[in-house]
Amino acid sequence: MSKSSREPISDRRKFILNMARGAGLATLGGFVWSAYVDEVTASTLLLRPPGALMEEDFLKTCIKCGLCVEACPFDTLVLAAPGDHKPVGTPFFTPREVPCYMCDDIPCVPVCPTGALDEASVTKDGVLDIREIDMGLAVIDQESCIAFWGIQCDACYRACPILGEAITIEYAKNERTGKHAFMKPVVHNDVCTGCGMCELACVTEKASIFVLPREVSTGRAGDHYIKGWDKADDQRVKDAKVINTKTRLSEKSAMDSLNDSGDLY
Amino acid sequence: MKTVWNNYRYLILRRITQIGLLVLYFGANAWGWTLLQGNLSSSLILGVIPMSDPYAALQMLVAGAALAMDLLIGVAVVTVFYMLIGGRAFCSWVCPINMVTDAAAWLRDKLEINRVQNGKVPVKRVTRYWVLGLGLVVSAVMGVTAFEFISPISMVHRGLVFGMGFGWAAIAVIFLFDLFVLKNGWCGHVCPLGGMYSLLGKFSLIRVHHDEEACTLCMKCKDVCPEQQVLHMIGKESIPVLSGECTNCARCIEVCDDDALEFSIRNLANNNRGASDEISK
Repeated sequence: MSKSSREPISDRRKFILNMARGAGLATLGGFVWSAYVDEVTASTLLLRPPGALMEEDFLKTCIKCGLCVEACPFDTLVLAAPGDHKPVGTPFFTPREVPCYMCDDIPCVPVCPTGALDEASVTKDGVLDIREIDMGLAVIDQESCIAFWGIQCDACYRACPILGEAITIEYAKNERTGKHAFMKPVVHNDVCTGCGMCELACVTEKASIFVLPREVSTGRAGDHYIKGWDKADDQRVKDAKVINTKTRLSEKSAMDSLNDSGDLY
Repeated sequence: MKTVWNNYRYLILRRITQIGLLVLYFGANAWGWTLLQGNLSSSLILGVIPMSDPYAALQMLVAGAALAMDLLIGVAVVTVFYMLIGGRAFCSWVCPINMVTDAAAWLRDKLEINRVQNGKVPVKRVTRYWVLGLGLVVSAVMGVTAFEFISPISMVHRGLVFGMGFGWAAIAVIFLFDLFVLKNGWCGHVCPLGGMYSLLGKFSLIRVHHDEEACTLCMKCKDVCPEQQVLHMIGKESIPVLSGECTNCARCIEVCDDDALEFSIRNLANNNRGASDEISK
């Protein structure tokens, strides 16, 4: 212990030290807290209720009151509990357990007090329209879907609440047998709402058609690839930002690697 | 029986309120009751009157969310109620964590843990205001409602209404903290929601009043109070408890054998602490 620590400490010094201590502890706590929050909100593989804002906005707007959960007549929606490894308290659903049954009156959305479930996004011409909802997009694993093996199965097609529009059946010749047809399900990106009825209906052990959030299940071509046959699509290339990719040339002189035997033998 | 009622009447009423509210919320989710839907973060009375947690709304605001009208009305309802009438009553009459921390405080007293644990307290009472502010800073920086992702209050209440998961661990953490680390640690030192309601409830009308002439200085009230610093006037002055940190739990009123403490509407004429000036403004 140094000599000075035995001397009385001045009020000024005490005040400054206490403030510094408070600020330091707050910084310490702030970093721990931020790191924790960052981790627990990182989950991207979950399906939100109808009308949910984009995940980033949803996380700051949802107050976790569960009114949407209580409004859901099918117990589709649940609130993430600690241990679910999802942003705690926020509503989500698991189609393989209970899918969204796409109620015509969308009871879960208008009850939201904060607008995290945005009524305007599911309203068309002034009335709630269940076809406007967009919770995700069904994707098919063609390796495990038995329809792609040639076995006749249209369980997902039949289960789809937008029958014949969100999922259609595509016929193709089965070259293996030479006399049978494949009846392959095809999901239509622009119609599918991500309700998950198909995922629940799928007959394979683990569903071969399943709903993923659009952020996960879709790609993005970017502004530099356009459909030349589509006039409207031309616009995108005009809006595209210029990307300059420069590769620095090596300043070293080129070396004849085959004949330069300096490092051989 | 009469003494039990006399000594625990407010405690009994508080437990009835706390558990009753939980049952109403639970019934809304389980059986479709409409008296009180949602949870403590945001709820609806009879499907009409919204109520929302003002601290959650503040976090949303600084996180950059657009605040909806229903939310703002809900915040106004809650704020006006506690600001004008209830004071910090949320903490002792509504919050489910109160039962956990009361249990810890009771056991701590029975085990006489204070006698083996001496020395400086590790956390000061002003910490709650730091946590309150820090929650807003983290919300603003991270763009999420920071406290709502760690709040044991929300976790426990949501858990009781919608399914607990590992939420019981939050109860255990608070119970053990209050039992072994610090007396009234969570509610009286750390909880930012307590800090929020301390600030809001500063000027509310319902107050505990002290009658110095009836007081025999037995100090039972101070022993039982979870916020002892608010009872600085005991045996000294006949004034109301004016600190916003008083939770209006009324334990002091019950344990007083001398009728020196009683609830009443804030007495504007008698209070000589200058609060009457603040009120009349």
